[in-house]
Amino acid sequence: MTEKKTPLHAEHEALGASMTDFGGWQMPLRYTSDLAEHRAVREAAGLFDLSHMGGLSIAGPQAARFLDHALVGSFSALRRGKARYTMICAADGGVLDDLIAYRTGDEEFFVVANAANAETVLVALLERAAGFDVQVRDVSAAQALVAVQGPRAAEIVREVLQDAQGTDGAAFDELKYYACLGMRFGDEEVLVARTGYTGEDGFEIWVAAPHAVALWRALLAAGEPQGLVPAGLSARDSLRLEAGMPLYGHELDTTTTPYDAGMGRIVKLDKVSDDGTPVEFVGRDALAARRESAPARVLVGLRGTARRPARAGHAVVQPDPARPDDVAAALQVGTVTSGAPSPTLGHPVAMAYVTPEVSAEGTELAVDVRGRAEPFVVVPLPFYRRDRG
Amino acid sequence: MADFPDNLRYSVEHEWVDDASPATVGVTSVAAEALGDVVYLELPEVGATIEAGTVIGEIESTKSVSELYSPVSGTVVEVNQAAIDDPAVVNAEPFGAGWLFKVEVSEAGQLLSAEEYAQHAG
Repeated sequence: MTEKKTPLHAEHEALGASMTDFGGWQMPLRYTSDLAEHRAVREAAGLFDLSHMGGLSIAGPQAARFLDHALVGSFSALRRGKARYTMICAADGGVLDDLIAYRTGDEEFFVVANAANAETVLVALLERAAGFDVQVRDVSAAQALVAVQGPRAAEIVREVLQDAQGTDGAAFDELKYYACLGMRFGDEEVLVARTGYTGEDGFEIWVAAPHAVALWRALLAAGEPQGLVPAGLSARDSLRLEAGMPLYGHELDTTTTPYDAGMGRIVKLDKVSDDGTPVEFVGRDALAARRESAPARVLVGLRGTARRPARAGHAVVQPDPARPDDVAAALQVGTVTSGAPSPTLGHPVAMAYVTPEVSAEGTELAVDVRGRAEPFVVVPLPFYRRDRG
Repeated sequence: MADFPDNLRYSVEHEWVDDASPATVGVTSVAAEALGDVVYLELPEVGATIEAGTVIGEIESTKSVSELYSPVSGTVVEVNQAAIDDPAVVNAEPFGAGWLFKVEVSEAGQLLSAEEYAQHAG
């Protein structure tokens, strides 16, 4: 095995996890049951090892201006302690990766990349840094990332971490969605963000690698009475699919623009720097043109009305009304990018790119599931939205 | 190494079959664990003629789909409707209530003993 291991690898083995290769890493696929782990996150909490994700430190007087140039979002406008979902695009507008960027200081950002793209993102950022007074550093190896996700996540994290400012948890209690905060785990500084990839409330915690095991165990111990279980990548995938969140390599790739993926809102074509000057960012011209043109395909949600789930790569077809069961005679109108039986909803769900003509809500389509037409209907994303009380 | 029931015989594709008449067929604990939570079963219909070593159905889990091979040749006489309705039983009791179908055997395929299968699955 040549795959990389996270600082928590021995913990996963001790918990009896089934391991899988993901983005060049050996990661826990499941500990016991995909469904039980999925439900724990929806109903109580799940603990995830996400240390395979890439972590990049961006620091220097021109850090914000540099990210304005390198990414599609506006970072001069991002306040300290806030996070933003963003993308890095090629000059042709194709997505190189989707990212979360945290502003950890006036001249400091922390950028989180997908494991499989971490190297690509690092190389692109280093290239784009030419001429900026900024330092781009890959800090992935020194850091571990664990996530606590679910309705009980806040109580659990609050019990394990301490405010860096000694405010007795008040700063943590006020932490908003897509915001971040420096906290302490014992004597160690950690970065806590109220972000996630599950559709639930939750937190992602960056900790120095040598302290990852202690933090993992402390979160497990504090969380178990609340129903927290360790959760693997299988549950993470079904959770994010229900939440309608794209996964790089499925909904996003270098042939896809943010507009194709329904993420046009994160592209700031008219962003200005902190001194008010317009910013030319990589991919801007292609993206501006793309916004004005009619899309060739649209990302939609599909709900299965029978039991067999569609999977990534399956053809979406428009059934011939005269021969609804004849998949071979049907016209292909798209391709499934992600699909699974939804544990929460109890029916198959899928995301697919389809032609605009068949993208309206309520359109009845079919998916060619190994030679048989399975009925699906176009529904709005996300499939699942948590009750915010 | 896992222990497998001695009274069953096994295929390399991780199905088991007993020696009753008609014979009962299911998937092994190894298959059930590798699949993850089973959510959908596609089984042959009662009356279907099946051939050892060929694909006769599919087992779909949350993450993936696997083909179901027949360990024997014969005629299907019963399918486990309870498992079709609630496939979780395949994970919970792969050698018991999670059986898949019963078949009047005309010819057994290449089958392994419990010990041989344990080595194969090792």
